[in-house]
Amino acid sequence: MKFGVVIFPGSNCDHDALYAVERNLGEQAVGIWHQSEDLEGCDVIVLPGGFSYGDHLRAGAISRFSPVMGAVRRFADSGGLVMGICNGFQVLVESHLLPGALIHNRGLKFSCKTVLLRTETLNSPFTSLCDPSQPLEVPIAHGEGCYFADDATLDLLEREDRIAFRYVDGNGEATEAANPNGSARNIAGVLSEGRNVMGLMPHPERAADPAMGSQDGLLIFRSVVSSFVAAR
Amino acid sequence: MRAVVHVTLKKTVLDPQGRTIRSALNNFGYTRVQDVRQGKFFEIEFEQGTDATEAEAEAQKFAHDVLANPVIEEFTVEFQE
Repeated sequence: MKFGVVIFPGSNCDHDALYAVERNLGEQAVGIWHQSEDLEGCDVIVLPGGFSYGDHLRAGAISRFSPVMGAVRRFADSGGLVMGICNGFQVLVESHLLPGALIHNRGLKFSCKTVLLRTETLNSPFTSLCDPSQPLEVPIAHGEGCYFADDATLDLLEREDRIAFRYVDGNGEATEAANPNGSARNIAGVLSEGRNVMGLMPHPERAADPAMGSQDGLLIFRSVVSSFVAAR
Repeated sequence: MRAVVHVTLKKTVLDPQGRTIRSALNNFGYTRVQDVRQGKFFEIEFEQGTDATEAEAEAQKFAHDVLANPVIEEFTVEFQE
């Protein structure tokens, strides 16, 4: 399976994602420059973390006009798998490929720590191998990660089973204290209507290598491979 | 011709920066300050001879599509000669 990792000016987790896919997952990975409109036959596109275009205007707001995003939109519209991590999630909501918005953390501080994520649905190519009773230990590192959407949108996401992950405590409860940034309903990741696009603020690629302590993030990448193989 | 665009967070969206500024003002002794909402301000120059109606339409469109994110923000557009 071939992963394409988009590189925007200011991306800084592109190499982490390439490393996780090649070394920890054992699949093919290529970097795709933001000026390119050619996705090089990739089976899944990863929009990595970082500060694309310096987060000017709003995080992800300028990246959405990159040539590569036209290709990513067409790819997603035709059912292609797209995963946005952190800044990649911000780019996806700014591109309207996912609903809602990501605003400044409730406490205004940049938050860099390990969190626990409860898998909210197994019905997606990104979560199929996860276990809802076993929260994933994955780091976050963001200043603008507070997920916001109006109540009607949040209700719709719940009704359509499109919440991928929630921040939880050690007991697996989505408490206020476990919410690192003030996200609505403790939401850490959401799915598109077609379930082929996912965005999440935490960094699964940073929890993929044994040296990093947790390898829980690898489950998300393995889910992608398993769903892809099953669909063929 | 110059367009002046103000972008602010919708009333329904938490504004942690505004809240922090309010606390700072209160702490500085401005105890009558009850609420602060902060936002962004853009001055946009159009080239000479641009048709006013076209500029107005264009500014409304790019304010909506680019300068503001309508999911969380609202905006106003005004023109100065």
